[in-house]
Amino acid sequence: MNLNKMYGLFLRHFYLIKSSLPRVLDLIYWPTIQIILWGFISKFFTIYSSYYNNTLGVILTCAILYDILFRSSISFNMLFLEEIWSRNFTNLFIAPIKLKEIITSLIFTALIRTLIGLVPAIILTSPLFGVSILKLGFPLLVLFLSLYIFGITLGLFVSSGLIRFGPSFENIAWSSLFLLAPLGCIYYPIEILPNFFQTIAKGLPLVYIFDETRNILLNSSVNYENIKQAYLLNFIYLVFGIGLFYLSFLKARVKGTLINMGE
Amino acid sequence: MVNPLEIINLSKAYDAKEAVKNISFKLRQNEIIGILGPNGCGKTTTIGMILGLLKPTKGKILINGIEIESQRVDLLNKLNFISPYIELPKKLTVKQNLEVYGRLYDVKKLKLQIDYLCEKLRLYEFINKITGELSSGQKNRVSLAKSIINDPTVLLLDEPTASLDPETGDFVRSFLEEYQREKKTSILLASHNMSEVERLCSSVLMMNKGAIIDQGTPSELIKKHGRKNMEEVFLKLTRETI
Repeated sequence: MNLNKMYGLFLRHFYLIKSSLPRVLDLIYWPTIQIILWGFISKFFTIYSSYYNNTLGVILTCAILYDILFRSSISFNMLFLEEIWSRNFTNLFIAPIKLKEIITSLIFTALIRTLIGLVPAIILTSPLFGVSILKLGFPLLVLFLSLYIFGITLGLFVSSGLIRFGPSFENIAWSSLFLLAPLGCIYYPIEILPNFFQTIAKGLPLVYIFDETRNILLNSSVNYENIKQAYLLNFIYLVFGIGLFYLSFLKARVKGTLINMGE
Repeated sequence: MVNPLEIINLSKAYDAKEAVKNISFKLRQNEIIGILGPNGCGKTTTIGMILGLLKPTKGKILINGIEIESQRVDLLNKLNFISPYIELPKKLTVKQNLEVYGRLYDVKKLKLQIDYLCEKLRLYEFINKITGELSSGQKNRVSLAKSIINDPTVLLLDEPTASLDPETGDFVRSFLEEYQREKKTSILLASHNMSEVERLCSSVLMMNKGAIIDQGTPSELIKKHGRKNMEEVFLKLTRETI
């Protein structure tokens, strides 16, 4: 792995963000709106629901954590879409950079983009709603990392589609996360789902991550079984995602998608 | 001596359609070969395979004697490419683009190389400008700078002067002649500009329907086909094979 090349690819996106205030505002805008919206909804539940009584912040904390997943995945996809929109895709793939260097560089760049978007929103929740995600303590780091890995994995799946099928796959990039949201049991326990969907949901790390978040907030204890299960599933999906990315690249070379990208 | 580029029995098929049919040629050091042919004749597919963007169905591509399929990424360090159909990131400044690509090609002494390119291609006047805001001629010079940032052994040019005004087109051609003399680079030029091909190329491959239908120096081809210039040779050969 060549650090200079990976840094070069990072710079390509860093310069883009740095030079454009609208892009920075766009990164911050959606997480902030999402968190304000769910802040008010959770405040409503706090006042009127006995289930969430004295647990102000459960929904808001879950909303923030879901946004980590959403932002990391979208950030990874955006890095590919930017290349397609600027008709620079070919230049990238004829440069002597290995696929693993591209993946590593984009994982790091997506982290920076995610943090730019989320940190201001997280800071806002304290004065607005008296909720601080930092109350989760050390497990926050574990949960953040787990969500970030799954977000990147979803990004790898969608980017594989973009490489293989070209810009026509773009709409899937936007809708993929909305598909998973109901099954991820972000705002409710898995028992709410019908039996059939429960079976599918158990195959997603999201269920264990959000279940554990609620457990920590409601019971002030950590169930490491949930965390272990989430990481195990994350590992399986990540390996599969990387494999799919390589396979898509090979298929694109056979089918000629890389040469017609952007058209 | 090993050739910088050697193509051996190269074919590419998409399902039943054969885009390139069993072509072979060599590009020697310090040589410029032109590929001519009508749209859809297989020029871009051939270049795509040389750049590793396409996997050949059959045949070999050797860069400095090494098959590209075996060491694709390492050999891409020895190649570079320019085409009016691909662009550099529009929102980055010229300097940022050159820095990004310099790093992607792992160029040593990058600052010196950027200075050299700015000097040779007259980029200083707009080095800090946003690439997307430049004129076509200026963008072309920046893309040209990107295409030689790694001092490639083999430079692939796909219609490098398309859509340029005559003055800028002439600047680019003169630059390529001077650069090739200085660096001894081997160049493969796909173009529809016959006078450009006559001026720059020591040898020409005529392609149609995925195959090489004739080859030779421009003067040999003109004489062989009893025509006045390469444009007439082009028309004769492409119409004969329709």
